[in-house]
Amino acid sequence: MQIDLRTVSIKPLRQTFDHIARRIGPDKAATRYQEGTLDVQATHNFHYRPTWDPDHEIFDASRSAIRMADWYAFKDPRQFYYGAYTLARAKQQETAESNFDFVEGRGLADSLPDALKDTVLKLLLPLRHVAWGGNMNGAFITAYGYGTALTQPCLYHSMDQLGIAQYLTRVGLLLGDDPSVLDEAKKSWMEGEAWQGLRRYVEDSFVLKDPLELFVAQMVALDGLLYPLVYETIVDDVLASQGGTPIAMLTQFMTDWYSETRKWVDATVKTAAAESPENKALLEKWITHWRDRAASALMPVAQIALGAQTDALTSEVVSQFNARLAKAGVTL
Amino acid sequence: MDMKVSKKKLGLKEKYQHMTRGLGWETTYQSMDEVFPYAKYEGIKIHDWDKWEDPFRLTMDSYWKYQAEKERKFYAIIDAHAQNNGHLSVTDARYINAVKLFLNGISPLEYMAHRGFAHAGRQFPGVGPRVACLMQSLDEIRHAQTQIHSLSNYNKYYNGFHEYRHMLERVWYLSVPRSFFDDAITAGPFEFMVAIGFSFEYVLTNLLFVPFVSGAAYNGDMGTMTFGFSAQSDEARHMTLGLEVIKFILEQDPDNLPIVQQWIDKWTWRGYRVLTLVGMMMDYMLPKRIMSWKEAWEVYFEENGGALFKDLARYGIRPPKWLDQIEKDKDHISHQAWAVFYNYAAACNFHTWIPTDDEMDWLSQKYPNSFDKYYRPRLEFWREEAKKGNRFYNKTLPMLCQTCQIPMLFTEPGDPTQICYREVDYKDNKYHFCSDGCKEIFEHEPEKYIQSWLPVHQIYQGNCFNEGVDPTAEGFDPLAAVLDYYHLNFGRDNLDFEGSEDQKNFDAWRGMATKNT
Repeated sequence: MQIDLRTVSIKPLRQTFDHIARRIGPDKAATRYQEGTLDVQATHNFHYRPTWDPDHEIFDASRSAIRMADWYAFKDPRQFYYGAYTLARAKQQETAESNFDFVEGRGLADSLPDALKDTVLKLLLPLRHVAWGGNMNGAFITAYGYGTALTQPCLYHSMDQLGIAQYLTRVGLLLGDDPSVLDEAKKSWMEGEAWQGLRRYVEDSFVLKDPLELFVAQMVALDGLLYPLVYETIVDDVLASQGGTPIAMLTQFMTDWYSETRKWVDATVKTAAAESPENKALLEKWITHWRDRAASALMPVAQIALGAQTDALTSEVVSQFNARLAKAGVTL
Repeated sequence: MDMKVSKKKLGLKEKYQHMTRGLGWETTYQSMDEVFPYAKYEGIKIHDWDKWEDPFRLTMDSYWKYQAEKERKFYAIIDAHAQNNGHLSVTDARYINAVKLFLNGISPLEYMAHRGFAHAGRQFPGVGPRVACLMQSLDEIRHAQTQIHSLSNYNKYYNGFHEYRHMLERVWYLSVPRSFFDDAITAGPFEFMVAIGFSFEYVLTNLLFVPFVSGAAYNGDMGTMTFGFSAQSDEARHMTLGLEVIKFILEQDPDNLPIVQQWIDKWTWRGYRVLTLVGMMMDYMLPKRIMSWKEAWEVYFEENGGALFKDLARYGIRPPKWLDQIEKDKDHISHQAWAVFYNYAAACNFHTWIPTDDEMDWLSQKYPNSFDKYYRPRLEFWREEAKKGNRFYNKTLPMLCQTCQIPMLFTEPGDPTQICYREVDYKDNKYHFCSDGCKEIFEHEPEKYIQSWLPVHQIYQGNCFNEGVDPTAEGFDPLAAVLDYYHLNFGRDNLDFEGSEDQKNFDAWRGMATKNT
């Protein structure tokens, strides 16, 4: 049985805005993702050129060497508009909060072996700065990328990276004896030998001008190797087997975030590569270059936790990365 | 076993410091100047970014939590509003034209703010302001989308909403709000913050947001009211950011004062000019009025703004220029603007009308020094003409101000019978302005403002016809061709409210919803 509630029904004149209807067809109801995304960014008749970049329009597709006939070919498989995005993250932060409560409430941090705790602090805390770099880079693409379909998820990514930096900070404040562990980690980041390759990588990414190359350097290559290596391999596997399960609880946000976010990254690479042989060749060149740099920058970092296993486990992560990108249509 | 010494509990401020400040570093593999290339060219001197006081301390996890709660409520309400044909509860269908003005003129600016704050949030070398700007960038895409989603329901039933994105870049009056934001985003990051963060969000926001949102509340528009109220706590954060920016810049170096003062002068004037549209909306478009434009200016600018500038005087900041002119203009601009929209109703994507007798009496009472003397006779004359079948539609194109892009409709300060004209010769061309303010803004940066995409000039240059249209063909109708280019449906989106499809549909639908026949 169904209850037949009635409302006064009026036939609408149209289902959605014309610029949406031109894309999805007339007489179709649009989703909130579509109305909040498609063609939202201005494209024509700009009034003035940026005083900070007079060679380009305010929004200018020629800031990238990647060419797209339609920049709204990019789709976020998560269909994130602001509402969907914050709801998804609010749920994840609830889980994170109860994980932190669980670990703190049961004093699990204190029960960790000292050596393990030390490894965690040495490995995870300088990654706060890497995440901060991710925040900078997401902001860059949001500001200077072309088309809301591309720029919108980059802001979400940027804020996620800030969130990750803050979760790592909390791990430090929980495991460390006092906030000075953060200063020590920053010192390692600035001066420690193991971290200089990675810091150079991040700083080099800060001066890239092509939003899509930056996307490759940050979202594809660095995230694509760092998250599987550090969170999936080191924290969830290796450290967990040494009694470090509580750490895996504290970084669950990162693991879940990465497995969700990579779907968007893959879809973006796939769309850009499928557009033209030129795009594909360029992406292959960029991805190979930044993958190799990221892999070698991450080796000494992984060493902190993996020791002799570093080479083997890192190459495994790299070959998984290659297989993943092959599915997105990029041959490395 | 040793007892573990319990850890010192961190204070909120200290904890937030660790969550943000510690994250940045002085780059060495690339120079700071390469990493933050736009931080110095405006001439603003910052010596110590750590002196920045965080105006609010919100970590991302709390942000997600609070905002998601607001989003849940917001979408529940607008879904109910749509399901329940909430659009039929508004005072009368004329009101919906105020909503059209909002979606067409304001919502796209929310999106521009999102991109602009991402730009500022990438470029400031200080961690504190970067985080605050990025959070605002995130809020602004929220505002753009909640507005689009909320007003999407109106688009399903009424005309004038359907091509807001296309029209934004083309229709004559929309170049006013658009060029305002294009101007801000093409400025450097510091000027952008003073323009939008301070002048717009702090000084003028109550004159933009309150009229529309209270207007919605007064006129039974739950949809618009909901996004307004839902944005309120975000706006409060944005206002504190705007104020902190000004104080921070001024405290850093005395050389910053003249630069900031010039920006405050410029952006208060630019913002005030855009608000002409709001003033007109308040005095003419809301069937149930909140207060007059003049009253709003007195409360929100003269009183509140006066206190603000008194507070800023200790930094050497004086109130913005041209306030004496604004003081004289407040009796006039809303009436002058409505007259122009009434004239150009054929080229406009919302309807205009002659106020009712009651409404004219309200205007007389609110504007005792001007309405009966200058504006009522004209409206009554037009009403008489319309009754005789001569509804007046102006078919010639107006001259626009090179800076604010508003048609030359404003009068000389002190003489409401004389249109105000100013001009400047620059590099073999003559440029026209509506006021001393707009003229001076041009003279400060002529290379910027000669680029203005002026809708009227563009039409005369032949740039506002669809591809393939031949203006030399026999019987060519330029107005029709321009309206095609605008994607404006003649007879549905434009012309007088009286007799419009909106008016007829609203009456028929309200009948369906409230009667049994």
